Amino acid sequence: MDFTFIAGQLFTGLSVASILLLAALGLALSFGLMRVINMAHGEFLMVGGYLTYLAAQWAGPTLGDGYLWVAFPLAFLGSALLGAVMEFTVIRRLYGRPLDTLLATFGISLILQQAARHLFGSTGVPVTAPTWLSGALTVGDVTLPLVRLFVIALALAVLGGMWWLLNRSRFGMQVRAVNASREMAAALGVNTRALDLLVFALGAGVAGVAGVGLALIAPVNPTVGAAYIVNAFLVVVVGGVGSVLGGAAAAVLLGFVTALAEGFTSVSLAQAALLLLVVAFLQWKPRGLIPTTSRALEDA
Amino acid sequence: MSQLRSFCVVTLSLTLAAGAASAQGAVRVGVLHSLTGTMAISEITVANAAQLAIDEINAKGGVLGRTIEVVKEDGASDWPTFATKAEKLLTQDKVAAVFGGWTSASRKAMLPVFEKSGGLLFYPVQFEGNECSPNIIYTGAQPNQQALPALEWALGQGYRKIFLLGSDYVYPRTANLILKKHIAAKKATLSGEEYVALGGTEFSSVINKIKAARPDVIINTLNGDSNVSFFKQYQAAGYSAKTLPVISFSIAEQEAQAIGTGLLNGQYATWNYFQSLPNPANRKFVAAYQKKYGAGAAITDPMAHAYMDVYLWKAAVEKARSFDPKAVRRAIVGISMDSPLGKITVAPNGSLTQAVYTGLSGAGGQFKVVAQSKGVVKPEPYDALAFPGKTCP
Repeated sequence: MDFTFIAGQLFTGLSVASILLLAALGLALSFGLMRVINMAHGEFLMVGGYLTYLAAQWAGPTLGDGYLWVAFPLAFLGSALLGAVMEFTVIRRLYGRPLDTLLATFGISLILQQAARHLFGSTGVPVTAPTWLSGALTVGDVTLPLVRLFVIALALAVLGGMWWLLNRSRFGMQVRAVNASREMAAALGVNTRALDLLVFALGAGVAGVAGVGLALIAPVNPTVGAAYIVNAFLVVVVGGVGSVLGGAAAAVLLGFVTALAEGFTSVSLAQAALLLLVVAFLQWKPRGLIPTTSRALEDA
Repeated sequence: MSQLRSFCVVTLSLTLAAGAASAQGAVRVGVLHSLTGTMAISEITVANAAQLAIDEINAKGGVLGRTIEVVKEDGASDWPTFATKAEKLLTQDKVAAVFGGWTSASRKAMLPVFEKSGGLLFYPVQFEGNECSPNIIYTGAQPNQQALPALEWALGQGYRKIFLLGSDYVYPRTANLILKKHIAAKKATLSGEEYVALGGTEFSSVINKIKAARPDVIINTLNGDSNVSFFKQYQAAGYSAKTLPVISFSIAEQEAQAIGTGLLNGQYATWNYFQSLPNPANRKFVAAYQKKYGAGAAITDPMAHAYMDVYLWKAAVEKARSFDPKAVRRAIVGISMDSPLGKITVAPNGSLTQAVYTGLSGAGGQFKVVAQSKGVVKPEPYDALAFPGKTCP
């Protein structure tokens, strides 16, 4: 257990935290603010991955490594559009019935997986990180892969953007108003229906952007969503449902706990240790790290 | 109109008559693989390979003058479903043999069904050994036909510090249990051992541990898409096949295509078969498969085993002059053939005496053979160091 190893594990903690955060941020909107148990959230991440692949296919030949800058808007818009369609056709009819949304979105997740299998085959598609992300920074003996640093920066950027949108923009004020009291916000002239659609689409779009980042270090295939969905819910619940900053804090906490547990025991044991810790934590603080009080859908 | 109707009637009665005749004359076999779910990606092509062999045999007049009728069932990547479908094939369809299974979990679910009904299962995939049912013909590699030769090869290359990395389930854990005994016996060093959940995508800690342990080589039993994550993150951390080679047991041509040449180039895999093997039987098999299922189709070790299994069964039936599973099981011992894998012989324990190859991955997901066993290797279901005193009944 030398210094280099511990420093490496601390960087691992940061990396894991950034992945958790990316996987959870979109869910913080749909589940956190709207109480929609969206089991298809992992599939929005998957859609982001496939759109990255398509961006590389279409823009790669002309732009080369610049395809990544096409992938971000494409993944955001594509996933957001899918989210909007899903909200408009299904979710809208199920507000206030969390168990029904759970079943409906689980069904949608299966449909999306099968669609991906049908369109792109069951083996998954290759996405390679641009060459300018292939190197690594070396600080002392610790290697910091550039692609990891990029994913960390992406997580921070998405977090910052969401924080600004929710806390500093007119749109965010309306979202918070609806979250605090739907009837009162509606009485004051907020179009809550339109806002629901926008928030859900935004959550999906954010997941799409996260999917681009995840595609750089993980596979893109029909079942990859399942690899993230549990962790995404874990982060939102530990962070405190409804709080974006709570989600960020939870991602960092869980990231470092995972890294340290994996570093000092074995990777397989660390998973069990992490889940035990989460169970214990929720006994102690059932409303998460940063609890929010609201009269949102569940109380209406 | 009346003409059309009478034509229809004639055609229908002809079809019925033909159907009845073939049902009397045909012999049924089951093909039981996951056609849906997470394992479908691997198992559909294995089912295809078995189907190809059956079609070829039927085109040449069948077995003992009877055509083979396939009853295809879907195990759906769900182990209890494998047991249910095996039961259905044996008791309802009364099949003479079943070709199927991939994961050890599916095999262990089917085993009691075959033992109870006295059926015969041909299992085409490499596995962890430590099992020896008289009702199963295990044609995939035993641990001493894949894992141990790979270790021997690595030691022969001068790699002394070995890191074991696998998915967290029975095959990697048992294979590594055996490998650890042999690493110790050869006075080599085990520099680390880690297991990641099936489908896991996060390898930061694993790579940091590898960095701290400084192994010469990694023996990789990760399954499925975890390999994509691992190789992406391994490469991002600055490793390459030159600085830290990886020998994989679950990456064949199909997986190599999916992972991508850019990630896998220069890494190693150990199998009993590679698509690039130059023997005539293999050239014929590859050509026939690609003609039926697409020119770019990748062909893997389990597919070659599944294809050959049907021919082994045919040879055993002809030797026994009977379709009775017990008679076929007795007759199959000692049968030898020039297969796509090269020369193979069925040993008394129901596994194959077969050659072992180590391949170097290159363009298009193909492997170039860089080392092979001296002649063929006898199958040993129970490793003498890891499971002393245990033998096949």
